[in-house]
Amino acid sequence: MGGYAGFVWWAYGVTALVMAGLVLATWRGLKTRERELKALQDMSPGRRGRSHGVAEEDV
Amino acid sequence: MYVHVPSAWVAMAAYSSMAIASAMALIWKHPLADLIAKSASPIGAAFTFVCLVTGSLWGKPMWGTWWVWDARLTSMLILFFLYLGHMALLNAFDDPARGMKAAAILALAGFVNVPVIKFSVDWWNTLHQPASVTRMGMPKIDPTMLLPLLLMGVGFTMFFVTLLLLRVRLEIVAAKIRSIRLTQIHGGVGVLSSGEAVN
Repeated sequence: MGGYAGFVWWAYGVTALVMAGLVLATWRGLKTRERELKALQDMSPGRRGRSHGVAEEDV
Repeated sequence: MYVHVPSAWVAMAAYSSMAIASAMALIWKHPLADLIAKSASPIGAAFTFVCLVTGSLWGKPMWGTWWVWDARLTSMLILFFLYLGHMALLNAFDDPARGMKAAAILALAGFVNVPVIKFSVDWWNTLHQPASVTRMGMPKIDPTMLLPLLLMGVGFTMFFVTLLLLRVRLEIVAAKIRSIRLTQIHGGVGVLSSGEAVN
């Protein structure tokens, strides 16, 4: 690379690291929040729970 | 060059999409527009960081210095600070709606920096090279270098769009969690007040 390999590989390395960090942070954040949401929906007598209740009463 | 230039394109595209989403949020109060602006901000900041670091890494062997207060470099650094400011403002208020409004105003005011970045190499005498791809007439780069550069540009743009969609989904889920928590709090207050009434 004409003596510039050190600079070029550092550039690719930093880019790969930042992109991987972005993907990882986004994916982990999304999965954590989705789990949290599911736990809250299961725990709380939300809309889904109420509609089930109404359906059971109707039956 | 194959990562520095696409990073700069994505950094500016992310800011433009953030400013458009902010304008939509302020004018039409569309709830998704706020979430798009909030989601674009960290991605844009990351690509601006990559652009600055890779540019600095190439500046050392080419110009003999890591950094110069050149118009292009300085305006790009301002873009990075605008992203940081946007993220800070979003989280600076207890009420998320107020934070989003303040951040949207900053995003719109800071949009003036995007054309400054693009034309800084034409308006001022800079160390940074002038536009060689997005210019009037044919690009100045040889096709053997232009094609991989454009491919990288397309790849980076697709990466940005995918990540933006994932982050918007993340923000929607977070909004749902906030909504359920608020309902629980109000429900809790209701139970407490009814209990007090019984006593």
